[in-house]
Amino acid sequence: MAVIPHEILSSTIEGPSSNGFDVYKIREDFPILKQRVNGKPLVYLDNAATSQKPKAVLDALKRYYTEDNANVHRGVHELSQRATKAYEDARVKVQHFLNARDSHEIIFVRGTTEAINLVAMTYGRKNVGAGEEILISAMEHHSNIVPWQILCEEKGANLRVAPINDAGELLLDEFEKLLNSRTKLVAVAHVSNALGTINSIDRIIKLAHRANVPVLIDGAQAAPHLRIDVQALDCDFYTVSGHKLFGPTGIGVLYGKAALLEAMPPFHGGGDMISSVTFEKTLYNVIPYKFEAGTPNIAGVIGLGTGIDYVNKVGLENIGAYEHELLSYATARLSEIAGLRIIGTAKDKAAVLSFVLEGVHPHDAGTILDQEGIAVRTGHHCAQPVMHRFGIPATTRASLAFYNTKEEVDALVDGIKKVKEIFG
Amino acid sequence: MSDFHGLYQEVILDHNRKPHNFRAMAAPDRRAEGFNRLCGDKVTIFLKMDGDRISDVSFQGSGCAISTASASILTDTIKGKTRAEAESLFQKFHELVTGKSAGNGQEAEPAGLGKLAVFSGVSEYPARVKCASLAWHTLHNALDDKHEVVSTEADEPVPGEIR
Repeated sequence: MAVIPHEILSSTIEGPSSNGFDVYKIREDFPILKQRVNGKPLVYLDNAATSQKPKAVLDALKRYYTEDNANVHRGVHELSQRATKAYEDARVKVQHFLNARDSHEIIFVRGTTEAINLVAMTYGRKNVGAGEEILISAMEHHSNIVPWQILCEEKGANLRVAPINDAGELLLDEFEKLLNSRTKLVAVAHVSNALGTINSIDRIIKLAHRANVPVLIDGAQAAPHLRIDVQALDCDFYTVSGHKLFGPTGIGVLYGKAALLEAMPPFHGGGDMISSVTFEKTLYNVIPYKFEAGTPNIAGVIGLGTGIDYVNKVGLENIGAYEHELLSYATARLSEIAGLRIIGTAKDKAAVLSFVLEGVHPHDAGTILDQEGIAVRTGHHCAQPVMHRFGIPATTRASLAFYNTKEEVDALVDGIKKVKEIFG
Repeated sequence: MSDFHGLYQEVILDHNRKPHNFRAMAAPDRRAEGFNRLCGDKVTIFLKMDGDRISDVSFQGSGCAISTASASILTDTIKGKTRAEAESLFQKFHELVTGKSAGNGQEAEPAGLGKLAVFSGVSEYPARVKCASLAWHTLHNALDDKHEVVSTEADEPVPGEIR
């Protein structure tokens, strides 16, 4: 691993950069970051679990409930029209954010978990039969494992798993070998939540399409950090989690190619997803409404749209460049600590640092870091098979966002030194 | 380090470094296993019984400092106790770590707990109650001669399933 001297990194990170990215100014937009925890300034390094919300998002939620609250797609009255417009405007924002061909390919769901379950229970139930296969990778989050297991059990199908190497990179040769005429769907994370690995999804999609297999990409960890272009990728389904994208909890996105979505049966039955109902026969609505039964999370959708506006304002390219610098700095600093082993050392990595400390259980490390005001995640990160792969029960994970600073990385390093002092 | 005295008291750190009675027992009269799947804490408790009295106790396993120290101090505390005495200590210990003891955290030493009082700080860390209580639940099963693996993850108010 390349060790980057501090002074070089310091000079590139401190102060506003040439493109106008100023982390200290950005932090002003996130009111929650100003507090002290256990007497110390909060150092929030649990962004892979959920991101913090800029004031713009908090204001949008308040404004919606204060001024525009009404149900969507129903009323002719002014408030309902305002709510409907804001809701549908947000769909167009998501369409542009993912570069989807049509806004009707954007379906609002509760989160990535629901998006994957939706595909498993509709596309999967219709297209996967006994003896057929679904191919995933060894680094998947439980939410991209369990829905497929449920489907496989129901259909007598088989779940196949492409292995990863010791760095936490998917073995593409092995992946390719597992593709065959029985494979009905590939489902792979864009970015691993436990390891930070950025998968070569363009190559994965090409290999799968060569075998005529559609691909679902779990983008929960990618959308806050990387530019996504679903048309250039040619992926069939892409999932996004709103609360990791600086929006509220309880909202997410399923992107699907229109032709696939149109051929899929509905997920939930209810209001808004129909075009006509009699006791004899119900005709379903067109996409995306066919998949949005019931009153949707209107405030959540508006909040997510505002989160996307915020990300666009900061600029994904600026975010990516800054986070990459921060990751390199953090990797170098953590690598200085004796007895610390980073789990997940892929060449192409997002700003996730999972690690184990010799002789210290991650839960003890997490509790002591918390006393220092540092929020990290400890445990298996909903990726138990990844932990098994590396022969460890759990890790401590620091996951960075563009509002984190070099000083916060230094605080983490000092905190880890304190952990070592106590357990030494 | 004084800020951590609430949870990581020196006694706990010592028992974590050098756990007492940390060995497998060749021919135990009773044995039971505890396993917190989500965090990976594992413990096996071995008992030698002399009638109703615990004549020897040992443990093996791996886990965080709280779970290891709790198992170690448990073995020191219950050796020579009757079954009823051990169960009564479990009850008091559970009240201590879940914050149900009267005057919790205020008194120098909660009544009748002896060395177990070092765990009084656990009640302020709800996510760590399961670590402290795993060995005791496992002991309870060993005394009852129950063979299913114990988990105390239900003791944690917030389950660990977060991305």
